[in-house]
Amino acid sequence: MIKHLLSAADLDAVTATQIHDIAAEMATVAGREVKKLPTLRGRTVVNLFYEDSTRTRTSFEVAAKRLSADVVNFSAKGSSVEKGESLKDTAWTLQAMGADAVVIRHPASGAPHRLTHWVHGSVLNAGDGTHEHPTQALLDTYTMRSRMGKVEGLNVAIVGDVLHSRVARSNALLLHTLGAKVTLVGPPTLVPPAFGSLTPSLGVSYDFDSVLPHADVVMMLRVQKERMNAAFFPSSQEYYKRYGLDSARLRRMPDHAIVMHPGPMNRGVEIAPEVADSPRSTIVEQVANGVSVRMACLYLLLGGRS
Amino acid sequence: MSYLIRNVSVLGGAPVDLVVRDGVIVDSADGTEEVMDGTGLIALPGLVDLHTHLREPGREDAETVLTGSRAAALGGYTAVCAMANTNPVADTAGVVEQVWRLGREAGLVDVQPIGAVTVGLGGEKLAELGAMADSAAAVRIFSDDGMCVHDPRLMRRALEYVKAFDGVIAQHAEEPRLTQGAQMHEGDVSARLGLTGWPSVAEEAIIARDVLLAAHTGARLHVCHVSTAGSVEVIRQAKARGVRVTAEVTPHHLLLTDEAVGGSIEGTAPYDPVFKVNPPLRTAEDVEALRSGLVDGTIDVVATDHAPHAAQDKECEWAYARPGMLGLETALPIVLHTVGDALGWDGIADRMSRTPARIAGLDEHGHTPVPGSPATFTLIDPQARFTVDPAALASLSANTPYAGMELPGKVVATFLRGKRTALDGKAAA
Ligand SMILES: [Zn+2]
Repeated sequence: MIKHLLSAADLDAVTATQIHDIAAEMATVAGREVKKLPTLRGRTVVNLFYEDSTRTRTSFEVAAKRLSADVVNFSAKGSSVEKGESLKDTAWTLQAMGADAVVIRHPASGAPHRLTHWVHGSVLNAGDGTHEHPTQALLDTYTMRSRMGKVEGLNVAIVGDVLHSRVARSNALLLHTLGAKVTLVGPPTLVPPAFGSLTPSLGVSYDFDSVLPHADVVMMLRVQKERMNAAFFPSSQEYYKRYGLDSARLRRMPDHAIVMHPGPMNRGVEIAPEVADSPRSTIVEQVANGVSVRMACLYLLLGGRS
Repeated sequence: MSYLIRNVSVLGGAPVDLVVRDGVIVDSADGTEEVMDGTGLIALPGLVDLHTHLREPGREDAETVLTGSRAAALGGYTAVCAMANTNPVADTAGVVEQVWRLGREAGLVDVQPIGAVTVGLGGEKLAELGAMADSAAAVRIFSDDGMCVHDPRLMRRALEYVKAFDGVIAQHAEEPRLTQGAQMHEGDVSARLGLTGWPSVAEEAIIARDVLLAAHTGARLHVCHVSTAGSVEVIRQAKARGVRVTAEVTPHHLLLTDEAVGGSIEGTAPYDPVFKVNPPLRTAEDVEALRSGLVDGTIDVVATDHAPHAAQDKECEWAYARPGMLGLETALPIVLHTVGDALGWDGIADRMSRTPARIAGLDEHGHTPVPGSPATFTLIDPQARFTVDPAALASLSANTPYAGMELPGKVVATFLRGKRTALDGKAAA
């Protein structure tokens, strides 16, 4: 069993499928009157968040609580350097608190890797800088499996700011492991050629319209306004015209194809409001599935050990 | 103290006896000497480092002139050029004289201060270059290392100005607009790790501009820590056109690649800041180009960029870690390991002693140890191998990427003007 979940690359197909299977069972708990399992009673899960992300933090918190774990929210806004306490010192504090698992969100890529050197418990990467967000990839692939029946063989287009997207990285890696075909789409400034080496047989395209007719899944990424100031593209209007998902483009997708977005969305920048709200959009399901998948991850990382 | 070193091979030649008396090498022994067995040892001119960070004044917890001098002597060095990015910055005659004096007091290597090009390394106003040149430290190399003199007009003026005292501008070539937020080499590994890339062209573009400015002004340009194949090519073309440009490469750029950041080296993990340097570790093709550039003379010298850092400045998240690694005590073994065979002993003496001494204007250094020369040399056992133990290094810091690595070649002893400054892994003071 894996000890930490730092990267989607840590997961082989068997383990990822196992997490999906457990998540499906966990999903039934949400429908019960008493939404709680005793699995992690007496265990302590620390949410160590250096970045605001109510959505992800809450999802992990609910997941841990449904498994009866004790949850400590350790909010550390701003970088550890600004705060005056190093990540290493914080790790020792968590150690003293008896943390069995640390869920970490951090603005610096690789911070969860560093943390594993300083804590004894399991480390779950809840998003590190522009690196990865492996539980997002697990919930996204779980969502694809629920909607499409399988992940293997799917054509998945990941569209937008791939360069800065931890969601794109984790999804590209996990989708490859699970046998899907991934095409990264966006302007060359945001989809550099180096990304083609992320996994074997990864496609890169600058032409969204040519990709649409073959896509089973179109995963839109959030585009941040400050990218415009850094000259990654000329204007949000031009970006939307070339890479935004509007109803005309939605019609060009196969009938069975779905639209995904990790949220939060910029309506009108990367996705049209009517597309986001269409029945082909899985955006609300992704949030619900997030809890089940994170329950499965905590269960697998902590449940198997004494 | 005088010494008789028996059966030592000077630059790999036939074994001879070396007699050290009154600071010079003399023809014959008179029986009063301490006798050393030099069988199997190689004598090289004392190594000269053009690029050392000693951290004093300002960060004496990371390194001092004294501890850095010890590390240098143990690494076979007899002279080091101390970079100006101290705190305060070495941008006045007062600070460079202070560093120079501390070096003399330590007495282990000649510490030659480098003066800042601009006030406070701010890149806006020329520092008093003439005053530093006229000071007791007699500064000849000027550099804003750590920062690039990126304003072309300022760079032009600096090059022109130091011609008055045969100075040289040593440039840290990095176009800052192309490296904003950069954390490592831009390429496949940075894409995978989600770290902002430092593209090779940010270095190459500045070098290309600077060699044109050097040609235009007729001044001397020295390029610090060249790291890319493209830079080697630009320098090669400039030299062919007769531009007065010299260049250095670090031992780590001759050995390591950006894959190390991803945890490719046995016993290391991804994101280990011990591998964070500026310029960053590049690709295998770059390493290959740097090695051949050094061997064919396009790159003139090996310089360590010895950059000690206190533990807390490295034991943190990659993005917050200071760039730099130790170099003085491992440079020669790394050079032997990477290009030793291709260069030969004379080539090593050239790239690590003669040419850096010439660039820095250090006339007492870089002489082959033969009768009549200053007794400023180093003895190496080329057969010995040693395993790098960060805790056993003389530097106050321990940020070496070579921990646990077994390397060839061991410095047995170092002599500075007849004084034995290091022997069997121990510095003289
Ligand atoms: Zn530098």
